[in-house]
Amino acid sequence: MRLTVKSATLLGLVALIALAPLFFPSGFYYRVGALIFVNGLAVTGIVILTGWAGQISLGHAGFAGIGAYACALAPVHWGLHPALAVVLGAGVSAVLAWLVGRPILRLKGYYLAVASLGMGILISMVLNNERALTRGPDGIEVAELGLRAVLKDAGLELSNGQFWYFLCGLVLLAGAWLALNLHDSPTGRALRALHGSEVAARTVGMDVARLKLQAFVISAVYASVSGSLLALQNKFITPDVAGFMHSVEMVTMAVLGGVGSVFGAIFGAAVLTLLPQVLTVFAEYEQLVLGAVMVLVMIFLREGVVPSILRKIRGGGE
Amino acid sequence: MSELLQFLLSGVTVGAVYALVALGFTIIYNASDVVNFAQGEFVMLGGMITVFAHAAGAPLPLAALAAVVATAGLGVAMNKLAIEPARGAPVVSLVIITIGASIFIRGAAQLVFDKQIHSFPAFSGDDPFRILGATILPQSLWVIGGAVAVFIGLWLFFTRTLLGRAVLATSNNRLAAQLVGINTPFVMTLSFALSAGIGALAGVLVTPITMTSYDVGLALALKGFAAAMLGGMGNPKGALVGGLCLGLLEGLTAGYISSQYKDAAAFIVILAVLFFLPQGLFGRKSTDRV
Repeated sequence: MRLTVKSATLLGLVALIALAPLFFPSGFYYRVGALIFVNGLAVTGIVILTGWAGQISLGHAGFAGIGAYACALAPVHWGLHPALAVVLGAGVSAVLAWLVGRPILRLKGYYLAVASLGMGILISMVLNNERALTRGPDGIEVAELGLRAVLKDAGLELSNGQFWYFLCGLVLLAGAWLALNLHDSPTGRALRALHGSEVAARTVGMDVARLKLQAFVISAVYASVSGSLLALQNKFITPDVAGFMHSVEMVTMAVLGGVGSVFGAIFGAAVLTLLPQVLTVFAEYEQLVLGAVMVLVMIFLREGVVPSILRKIRGGGE
Repeated sequence: MSELLQFLLSGVTVGAVYALVALGFTIIYNASDVVNFAQGEFVMLGGMITVFAHAAGAPLPLAALAAVVATAGLGVAMNKLAIEPARGAPVVSLVIITIGASIFIRGAAQLVFDKQIHSFPAFSGDDPFRILGATILPQSLWVIGGAVAVFIGLWLFFTRTLLGRAVLATSNNRLAAQLVGINTPFVMTLSFALSAGIGALAGVLVTPITMTSYDVGLALALKGFAAAMLGGMGNPKGALVGGLCLGLLEGLTAGYISSQYKDAAAFIVILAVLFFLPQGLFGRKSTDRV
């Protein structure tokens, strides 16, 4: 039986999420796992934008920041339930992505990278400076989601770590499933076509600008939800979530693992989430190693780690 | 009135630094189509190496020279080790490589030097000049003068020397340049050396005013990039004007609106330029042959 990429990816993810806890030596690993899933979700959005539509964003952390601060602020100021705050954040991110993307994506080239960079930094600046609202660089606490208590009443008792591990795992699974469906849909095929050649895609009648805009908006929603999950899980958030380095991390995770493949990108998210945990012993060398890994992978494994390895296994390929 | 003049003077000083960083972006972009996000690290290295060479006993001019030469060498090494092996890679990969290189350099600087904030004495003392009620530090004049000298020097180099014209030819059309016998790999090397050297010089000039530490590079790179975009990517004149405009805008924002949001000026400019004037002030309209 030959598996499609879609079912193979989803089965792989389900197995990973379900089986990994069997090997966890302590509860701490649930937390690391949940972090990997949160990053994996953001990176799945990058796959749609960069891997399929061929656009680069250097400001996606801004959307994560919007998602995170929506969860921190909306419940306090408007009495919104945190779960609805996630939706609100995603909505705001989508509208903002649309507003920024609409004029920019009519242009060809790396303009989105530049525009999103500016946008991301402006968002992080607002989060840092509007102390009255966001309490500035020190961060702000985030309301409890409350779902764990509901589950407990229903007879399912999970530790905090376990709860977030499985919740984030499920959200990631849903995100990956939607992305893979998109991949095989007419829109997904059109996106990949315009990545191949914008001119050719336009010649056969595709609305190139609109397609790129769709990809940007969708990926912004992914980033926003991932930011929300991070905030709710930590019950605390600082403006670093919207910082330029976080944007760079997202792109790096995707490209490291393989930006054309959802599974590869999630693998990249896992590696780069684990790396600092492993390197805490060598905290001094963290930046050095991270920088070197980024450069070396881009030079020697251009398609990313997972696709390059798959090609080796299949025996050469091209 | 004197207040306005004061804001303008400090704006021009900062603007001169942005212009030099933007020029560094432009030179590498022209030679290789790479947007080098490690540009800010060159500025940081210029300052940091001078600080440590000076502390080790070298006279200031010698320390500054050593910093510029060492950074230029590092630029060449970066080209050889990170950019050349990835020739032909998609833009995303190249962007990530230069960001990776920038993180690497920052990490190395943190290990080799330290995490403290440093400075060294201004070149000609700290007694400010008074002009119409505003003041300007002698070091600011050094920064502005240095930027002007670099621009004139480069302009002469690009228009009056064979080598400079070879660089221009390569940036216009690499293949055609190769066909008429221009050594394009050497042009690449030269561009990285020039760009890193100019960045380091900016770092040397501005450190007595702004001080330096291992992590100042990123912010400078982003501002310089904004300046280059404003002027029109790939245009040296644009880099100069873009840098000065950005510096002035920042000075005025800090003075009249909010010093917290002075950094926002650069990024609002980026977005405005992209929305209304995507080629920048001096950029050419380009059409692609399919």
